[in-house]
Amino acid sequence: MAETFAFYLFSGLTIVASALVIGQRNPMYSVLLLVASFGAMAGLFIQLDAPFVAVVLIIVYAGAIMVLFLFVVMLLNAPQEDALPYDHTHPFRHPVLMRFGGLLAVLLVVQLSYALLRTRDLHVAVAGRSDASVVSSVAELGRVLFERHVFAFEATSILILVAMVGAVVLARRESGQQ
Amino acid sequence: MDLTLVIELLIIGVTFFMLINASAVLVLAERKIMGFMQQRYGPYLVGPHGVLQPLADIVKLLFKEELRPKGADKWLFTLAPILSVTAAFAAFSTVPWGAETTFFGLLDRPVKLGVTDVNVGLLVIFAITSMGVYGIVLAGWSSNSKYSLFGGLRASAQMISYELSYATALAAVILLAGTLSVREVVDSQAGTWFGIVQHWWIFLQPVGFIVYAIAGVAETNRAPFDFPEAEQELVAGYNTEYSSVRFALFPQAEYINMATMSAVATDLYLGGWHGLLPFYTPVDPLIEQYGLGWLAFLAKVGGFLFFYIWMRWTLPRYRYDQLMHFGWKFLLPVSVVNLILTAAGVLYFNG
Amino acid sequence: MIPLSNYLVVSAILFALGTCGVFMRRNLITILLSIEIMLNAVNLTFVAFGRYAADVNGQIIVFFVITVAAAEAAVGLALVIALFRHRESLNPDAFTSLKW
Repeated sequence: MAETFAFYLFSGLTIVASALVIGQRNPMYSVLLLVASFGAMAGLFIQLDAPFVAVVLIIVYAGAIMVLFLFVVMLLNAPQEDALPYDHTHPFRHPVLMRFGGLLAVLLVVQLSYALLRTRDLHVAVAGRSDASVVSSVAELGRVLFERHVFAFEATSILILVAMVGAVVLARRESGQQ
Repeated sequence: MDLTLVIELLIIGVTFFMLINASAVLVLAERKIMGFMQQRYGPYLVGPHGVLQPLADIVKLLFKEELRPKGADKWLFTLAPILSVTAAFAAFSTVPWGAETTFFGLLDRPVKLGVTDVNVGLLVIFAITSMGVYGIVLAGWSSNSKYSLFGGLRASAQMISYELSYATALAAVILLAGTLSVREVVDSQAGTWFGIVQHWWIFLQPVGFIVYAIAGVAETNRAPFDFPEAEQELVAGYNTEYSSVRFALFPQAEYINMATMSAVATDLYLGGWHGLLPFYTPVDPLIEQYGLGWLAFLAKVGGFLFFYIWMRWTLPRYRYDQLMHFGWKFLLPVSVVNLILTAAGVLYFNG
Repeated sequence: MIPLSNYLVVSAILFALGTCGVFMRRNLITILLSIEIMLNAVNLTFVAFGRYAADVNGQIIVFFVITVAAAEAAVGLALVIALFRHRESLNPDAFTSLKW
């Protein structure tokens, strides 16, 4: 009972916050609503017996990546800029985009839900097939990560290094005339 | 109603009440200690020896006029102090402040002194502390003033820079204790070595402790690292356009962050509620027996807070580029090397 | 108890919202945010299936997805800054000079 309530609360928050993210005109509000969406998603992860991933989501995604987005929005002064003429209307009132994009999105959801509901064996409760101790233990997660996936781990660390260097090079101001 | 449940709820209330009072007491303590260090009495008039000064401050702030600059963003201007304070209070949720106790047999099962205990508690503290950055960034942005914006950006850049060294110092302690739950880290520090020295992690991690203390001070924008809010003492800083209640919430968030950092440092490095002094004293078994660990905890946190206030009024502040240079080029490599050496040590001694 | 299909439907809706955002919004930063929504939806799917199959690999994949998303956001935002310096606009329609 409490579980169902928590599920509907967190999933409702996530969906509403994400819908507001794409519907806001001010990018600053979009970023903050996405942070709220990540918070609700962390709640969903905790319900799925994944506390470590939930907290890592908050630390890395909501606490670092979104702060980066916020910095860029503030430094580019994005909300105050004067957009092209048809941008002054609310996004949901753009005629062509609304019809095409919205239609595609609705089609996607209908298609996926149809496929899901026709598949057998998915209506079993998530926690019904096994108990939580295998999945929620951080020690187990660390062990599998460093024993079976150590190559991917090292490759990801090089990836982050490359991304860091690349971001610094790309965002650097050109020296001299351009 | 189950008495244990009532007592557990009461403990949550007591923790919250303690935190609010902590910020009030810290206001007074800071001004008194500052006064004594500058060879004068601090606040002296309100109440006996100025003890009721925080009350006078709060009443004054509540009765001030609530201003909001015209160009300020309506929602974000009010949201920013709320975010700061909420993050500050919520970060204390997984910090335990006392051992399990049955209150001398009053309850049928032992109750843990602390709001809650999750098995990733240390990461929860870190996650919520990193949400506190948003309060400062939004305060700087929504005030619609260039000085506030730059102050807010600098303060938040400083906070996220020192979060890395903070996390790496924490990771070294996690390696030693073998668990992410703060209560278990504290319990791993029970007992003594050779009967004389307390089994505190500070003795195995002196460098880690110093890195943690410095990063904690920088995280809370205090002491020698408060350039973003003090450089523009004449002009601005991220909370310049704020008045009355919204303004009062920012220093409160800062003091509660200080208290949280001190509490976490006490739990991780100074043994929490196990033992009072760094060496074994006959008081220690008495503390364990009569369940007075929380007093030892409070004493250590108080010492740490005194250290915070002492540093603020003794050291000159870092310039902003010196601050960032120190955080990235000195503190982070030191804490990473500390982590590697700790990992090697744990591997060697534990097989 | 919550069936697995509930989590998958939530994930599908989030993914569709992200796709919608990428198509409909004419602001580079909002497009990047919509991509983050899509990655988030995929994370939810992985964790749900991982819990259902009692496999810890679901969480491990999420770990890597979060890391790669961080790298992608950093480089993407650096590109946005570089583009903005060039044209003073965040509208993707302003960068159509390669179109014939």
